[in-house]
Amino acid sequence: MAADLYSAKVQESRAYLSLLLTPLQWIVDVPSRVAGEVSDVVVDRSLLLKENAKLKAEALQLERKVQQNAALWLENERLRSLLSGAERVDEEVRLVELIGVNPDPFQHQVIINKGSENLVRLGQPILDAGGVMGQVTEMSHYTSRVMLITDARHALPVEINRNGFRTIALGKGELGELELDHVPDTADIVKGDLVITSGLGGRFPRGYPVAIVSDVIRDPGQQFARVRVMPTALLDKSRHLLLVDMPEELNEAVIPNEVSE
Amino acid sequence: MNSGSPAPAGGGGFIILGTFLVGLMLSQMPLPYLIEWARPEWVAMILIYWVMALPHRVGMGTAFFLGLFLDVIKGSVLGLNALSLTIIAFLTLLLHQRLRMFPVIQQALMVMVLVGINQLLFHWMQSFTGYTGDNLIFLLPCLISALLWPWLFVVLRGIRRLFRIR
Repeated sequence: MAADLYSAKVQESRAYLSLLLTPLQWIVDVPSRVAGEVSDVVVDRSLLLKENAKLKAEALQLERKVQQNAALWLENERLRSLLSGAERVDEEVRLVELIGVNPDPFQHQVIINKGSENLVRLGQPILDAGGVMGQVTEMSHYTSRVMLITDARHALPVEINRNGFRTIALGKGELGELELDHVPDTADIVKGDLVITSGLGGRFPRGYPVAIVSDVIRDPGQQFARVRVMPTALLDKSRHLLLVDMPEELNEAVIPNEVSE
Repeated sequence: MNSGSPAPAGGGGFIILGTFLVGLMLSQMPLPYLIEWARPEWVAMILIYWVMALPHRVGMGTAFFLGLFLDVIKGSVLGLNALSLTIIAFLTLLLHQRLRMFPVIQQALMVMVLVGINQLLFHWMQSFTGYTGDNLIFLLPCLISALLWPWLFVVLRGIRRLFRIR
């Protein structure tokens, strides 16, 4: 056990052990896959039509936003170059699929269907349609483990979208709840504020939504305000996830010891 | 592990291996978040049965390797489950003659105690490496395991008799 905690060699053998278990994971995933297929086949026609209409409306909305976005993007670039600031890099994303969940309820981890053979790297962020989900903490050859942001061992540098107030979102080991760390009583945070990644620390790209402030408790007897936030990602429901490929040099600058092993 | 034993022992090594594989599969079946707390410890239960029924074939070695796989599944430190399952196998080896005499209900009680020991050891060691909560809900699986034991016992005994594993 001590060997596992302190040595990289054991990590490798662990990867091989999980390679042996990969077929089992696929088999376990089959029922939910089949259920998905079946519900695709026997779905109601009117339901499909309704969904289609809804999706079309949604697509229209999104397209409108994108049109504006292009203009805003260029404007941003121009302003940045005026300030001679660094160019903003855009991250690439890959679609991955969730194939398993850690059976230990104390650990909020999920298993995805890409591993070191698919060039997944340690510490890569994972998003879903709602926002940030977590980061890759362990890799086998064809699967890897993702620690969710609600895991009690996870912390994530964030900022308040409205005013850029920086803080850290800590997981509490409870699904659907995070806590902002060391927020002074006077900080300008109100219920309903959007919390986004600040990009500090370099692991997570900047500007992705993380959570919405659900509760601010200012107790004069306490040193800090208690701010509870609710993740925007559907941590226990999403099946299709996005794996973010951060720019290479940034990644290695942040986790040199883990990458070099 | 167990398929290497010679003919007089009665073959069926693959059957035993198969039941353990099913156990490993069941123990990583996705469950809704709240029910996950009540997931029975399949692998530990199946191990207890085989150690009780065939102590000369399934023992602490098997338990150790099973534990390694369980560690990989649960994402715990490698060797954690291996140690706790080995201890369970050892206790069952000590108790197996008495366990065989017990009626099923009493066996279920013993299973509750054994799985409880397993859970306590696992969470005690897990707490060295990370947060494990502050209430006793992690003991719920041992109760559920005990409730399921009679059925599991009947099924596994049926399998053992059907394939004449001795």
